[in-house]
Amino acid sequence: MNYHWNWGIFLEQVKGGDETYLHWLISGLGWTVAVALSAWVIALVLGSIVGTLRTVPNRWLSGLATAHVELFRNIPLLVQLLLWFFVVPELLPRDLSLWVKQEMPAKEFFTAVICLGLFTSARVAEQVRAGIQSLSRGQKMAGLAIGFTLPQTYRHVLLPMAFRIVIPPLTSEFMNIIKNSSVAFAIGVLELTFQARQMQEDSEQGIETYLAVTLLYFIVAFSANRVMALIERRSRVPGYIAAAK
Amino acid sequence: MSFFAQFDFSVIAPSLPFLWEGLKFTAKLTLIAMAGGIFLGTLLALARLSSIAPLAMAATWYVNLMRSIPLLMVILWFFLIIPLLTGKPMGAETSAIITFTAFEAAYFSEIMRAGIQSVPRGQVFAGQAIGMTYWQTMSYVVLPQAFRNMLPVLLTQTIILFQDTSLVYAIGAKDLLKAAEIAGKNYGRPIEMYVFVALVYFLICFALSRLVKHFQARTAIIR
Repeated sequence: MNYHWNWGIFLEQVKGGDETYLHWLISGLGWTVAVALSAWVIALVLGSIVGTLRTVPNRWLSGLATAHVELFRNIPLLVQLLLWFFVVPELLPRDLSLWVKQEMPAKEFFTAVICLGLFTSARVAEQVRAGIQSLSRGQKMAGLAIGFTLPQTYRHVLLPMAFRIVIPPLTSEFMNIIKNSSVAFAIGVLELTFQARQMQEDSEQGIETYLAVTLLYFIVAFSANRVMALIERRSRVPGYIAAAK
Repeated sequence: MSFFAQFDFSVIAPSLPFLWEGLKFTAKLTLIAMAGGIFLGTLLALARLSSIAPLAMAATWYVNLMRSIPLLMVILWFFLIIPLLTGKPMGAETSAIITFTAFEAAYFSEIMRAGIQSVPRGQVFAGQAIGMTYWQTMSYVVLPQAFRNMLPVLLTQTIILFQDTSLVYAIGAKDLLKAAEIAGKNYGRPIEMYVFVALVYFLICFALSRLVKHFQARTAIIR
């Protein structure tokens, strides 16, 4: 193995530019965090609504929610991304379609955020549903018995417990969304994976490049993990197994 | 919607043989990575649960490392590193098979670990009591039960694996998605191809997830 190590590469200037490779990686990191966090907001809000709707007695609503989950869970993320980027603009009315294709600012970014958000919302919905269904039936009955309407029972009795129960699986989903944001390179979002490939081709120092980028992903995912662990500790309910630790 | 009028789905039929080749590679990659991943994953799970500290630590590190890196990065890593180590370039297809087997082993090992831990301790003692060695206890007593308990989860992970194989796109291996992209370019109809390929993925994954539900119901009755 005759590989020429060069750890100084990060401070060297890129070919034909006045930035260093470090600049590329930092801006890539910024886009990765921006895509992942924006998509996470969509995934949490939409996933909570859809997951809750899957448990309601109304067959139309729960059917619609199930369809949402099945649709976004059974198509690979990369294929969904290409559909959003190439196919969806064609389905829009003519003027809007032209605007999206030619003038929409940060088109790649918004496409990636919407796609990743919807993809993850299906997974969040499944966790939220499992959380609600893990509660004993008595909780819902108690809520209705003291005169709450069904929405009030969900708001004040079921959801506060269900959300606490599903924090650990949601932590995994949060870390997944950061890892999955790497797929956005395929439509040209200048995130970490895109920058890694660009830097490897430009500098020919593949190992250093990928080591650095892997470390950056690791740091971001680990920070997400810590934030969720903090929320888990703060929202603990006394008297449950999770609180004993 | 009048916009569908612009679509021309007649390009699908002539490109079917080409797409079939892509689907065959996707299936091959999925099956090899599943078999290899479950085999290596079981070994990793046994290592993690073993009383030999360095072995347990090494396995834990491997699993945690693989699980904290995006799959796409792992694909690029292997595609770059293996040729550096062996000194000769490697085809995207071979690289993809090695990568997916090594990557999935980490995920399957977590499933198998949970499976092994779901077997009551008494089963291990019983095996030892009738004079079985470690490997005999594992292969005749513990692992068969662990596999059966975890069958639905192993299948669910395989569905995820099947979807994830589309990421070999990044190194240019000709799977179903890449085949669709090439066919789309050749006929000048990429849109129709993407829609068609999404439908194929959806139908396969949907059918497989029904199968998992069926297995779940069956194992639930046995208990």
